[in-house]
Amino acid sequence: MPTEIITLDGHIIDSLTLSKVLDILVSAGVDYEIRRFEIGRTHDETSHAEILVRAPDEETLQRALHEVQQHGAIISQENAELQPAPQDGVFPDGFYSTTNLETFVRIEGNWVPVERIEMDCGIRVTPTDSGWRAECVPLHRARKGDLFVVGTAGVRVTPMPRRGAESVFHFMGSEVSIEKPKTRIVQAVARTIRDTKARGQKVLFVGGPAIVHTGAAPFLERIIRAGWIDVLFAGNALATHDIEYALYGTSLGIALDTGTPETHGHEHHLRAINTIRALGGIRQAVEKGVLKGGIMHACVVARVHYVLAGSIRDDGPLPDVITDVMQAQDAMREAIQGVGLALMVATTLHSIATGNLLPASVTTFCVDADADTVIKLTDRGSHQAFGIVTDCAFFLKELAEQLCGEG
Amino acid sequence: MPRLLMCPPDHYALRYEINAWMHLENQPDLALARHQWQRLYEQVRQLAQVELVSPAPECPDMVFTANAGLVVREGEVLLSRFRHAERRVEEPHFRRWFEEHGYIVHIMPDDCPFEGEGDILRAGERYLGGYRKRTQICAHRVASEYLGHEVLSLELVDDRWYHLDTALFVLDERTVVYYPGAFDSYARRVIEEHFDTLHVVEEEAMHFACNSVVIGQTVLMPEGCPLITALIERRGYRVIPIPMSEFIKSGGACKCLAMFLE
Repeated sequence: MPTEIITLDGHIIDSLTLSKVLDILVSAGVDYEIRRFEIGRTHDETSHAEILVRAPDEETLQRALHEVQQHGAIISQENAELQPAPQDGVFPDGFYSTTNLETFVRIEGNWVPVERIEMDCGIRVTPTDSGWRAECVPLHRARKGDLFVVGTAGVRVTPMPRRGAESVFHFMGSEVSIEKPKTRIVQAVARTIRDTKARGQKVLFVGGPAIVHTGAAPFLERIIRAGWIDVLFAGNALATHDIEYALYGTSLGIALDTGTPETHGHEHHLRAINTIRALGGIRQAVEKGVLKGGIMHACVVARVHYVLAGSIRDDGPLPDVITDVMQAQDAMREAIQGVGLALMVATTLHSIATGNLLPASVTTFCVDADADTVIKLTDRGSHQAFGIVTDCAFFLKELAEQLCGEG
Repeated sequence: MPRLLMCPPDHYALRYEINAWMHLENQPDLALARHQWQRLYEQVRQLAQVELVSPAPECPDMVFTANAGLVVREGEVLLSRFRHAERRVEEPHFRRWFEEHGYIVHIMPDDCPFEGEGDILRAGERYLGGYRKRTQICAHRVASEYLGHEVLSLELVDDRWYHLDTALFVLDERTVVYYPGAFDSYARRVIEEHFDTLHVVEEEAMHFACNSVVIGQTVLMPEGCPLITALIERRGYRVIPIPMSEFIKSGGACKCLAMFLE
C-alpha cells in the first residue's frame, strides 16, 4: 500500500482545515492515521498535525495528495541520506536498519522501491542508466564504498494491510490458534495455496524432522509429487530421517509401521548418511536407484529446489547440506525470490531463519504442536505469520486430502 | 482618521482575461470609468485621508490597489505575489511606493501566491483569508506570522468570486456581510460560528455588493443592491451607492479600488 506523510500547520482547527483534509482523504478512499498533533494554546497560536496517509494504489494516493495540498497539506520532500560503507562487511554509522515491510527510499525526489526486502539489513543504493536502484543487503555482503541509507529521512515503509473480514483467519482473535476448528483452517490453507499457484507465485515448505518421526512423511510426499511445493527448506535431520525411513523403514531407529524400536536401529540414520555420502548426494542416490521413495526422492523427481542448511549438532552431514551458515542464508535468499506463500511445519530453527529472510508480504503459516514456536516467530518480527497449533501429522494428512483428494 | 491608497485610472484598460468577468469583447467605457472612479475617490476623501500611487502604463489593473499587499502592522506591509503574470508587473511599482513612504516591505516566498487585501480582511483581532482561486492557503500561514493573529482560512469555490473581497466584507468586528454561494460548506460553518452574519443574495452579489468599503458608519457600496442596503441601514449604517459598471467588467468595484493603510 503506498503511503506518504503530510503535515498541516496554521489555524487548522478554527478554520476547519484539519476536518476538511481528513474528510477529503476519506472520500478519496484513503486511510489516515494522525501521528502527531500539537494544538495552539491560544487563538493566535498555530496548531500542527502530522498525518500518515495510506492508499490502496499509487494513483489514488497522488490524487488525494494533490487535493489536500490545495488546503495547505505539505508533503514530505526529504531525500534519503547516503553514506559509503567504511570497509567490507561494515555499514556506515547510523545506517537505516530494515524491516520486512515494503519500503521505498526517496532519491533525488523520486521514491525508489527497495528490492529483496528483508528485516535487519541495510539499504544499498546504486545509480543505474535510468535512475537509481535500492536493495536490501545483509551485513556480510556490504562492500567498502557501497552507498547505504543512513537515518530515517526519505524512507517510507508501508504498514501491513489489515486482514480482510472475509478471511477465514480473521475470526481468530489471537494470531495463534489453539481452540479453533482445525479442519476449516486446513481447508483455508489449501485454498490459499491454490490461489498462490494460480497467481504464478511459488510455494515454500519449511519442515522439521518431526514430520518423519510422526509418520507424516507420506502425506508431504504426496503433496510434493502433485506439484504443490516449489521450494523446500530443511536441515540435515529431516533429509536424513526421511532417507533412513526410505532405506530401513525406521526413523531414529523406530519402525514406523509398528512403532517399536529395532535392534541396532539407532545406527540406521548414520548408515543412511554414509550411503548417500558414498554416492555423492541425494540426486545421485535417486538416479542410481538406491533411493526409491520419501520426501527427498519426491523433491528430486518433482524438481523442487531444496536448500538444506546445517547446524552444529548435525551428524555427517549429507553432502547436500550447506554447513557454512552465511552461505546457507544466501542460498535461501536466492531461493525465496518469487515465493508468495510459506508453510512452516514442525521446526523452530528453520522457521525463524526463514522468517528473517521473508518479506512481510509473503503469506506465512506456521504449524506446530507447540504454541511457543509460533510465538517465537512473531516475536522475531514475522508478524504476518498465522499460527496453527496442531499435530503435524494431522495437518499434513488433511492438507494432502484437500490438495490431492482422498488418498 | 483612516488612510487609504488609491490609483488613478489613467491607464485602466481591459487587455487580457484572467477572471470570469473579463471578456475582451466587453470593453469598459474609459471615460465613464474615470467618472466612476472620481465619484468613489470624492466619497472616500470625505471620510478618510487618501494617498495616491502613480499609475504605470504597462499595468492596466494597477487601479485595483487592494491587491497591492496587506499592512501587517504600522509601517510594515506584506507585498502581494500575484498569481497571474499579467499582474505580476504591478509588484515593483507598489513596492517602490511603499519603500518611498517608509514602509518595511515583507516578501512572500516565491511559490506562495498572495493578492493582498483582496484575500485577507481584518475583523477586529482576527483575520479572514480567502484561498484557492488567487491566494493559496500557504500565504495565510505566512501572513498570520507577520500579523501575530489568527487567519481563518475560507475556501472560495465559485470562479466569479475569485477574491475574498468580492464575496465578503466586514461591517464591524463582530459582523460579516457575505454571499454564501461563494464559499464551501466548511467556510460557511467557520463564518457562521465566529460572526453575526448578513447574507447577500446572488443577484446583488453579481452587482458586487460584497465589494464595499466600510469607513466608520458609512458603507460605500456598488449601486444596484437594495436588499442588503436595507439590512445594513437597519443596523444604523449609512449606505452610499456608487456606480461601478465599468470596473465590474474587469471583476472589481469599490473595495478593489482602495487599500487600507491604517
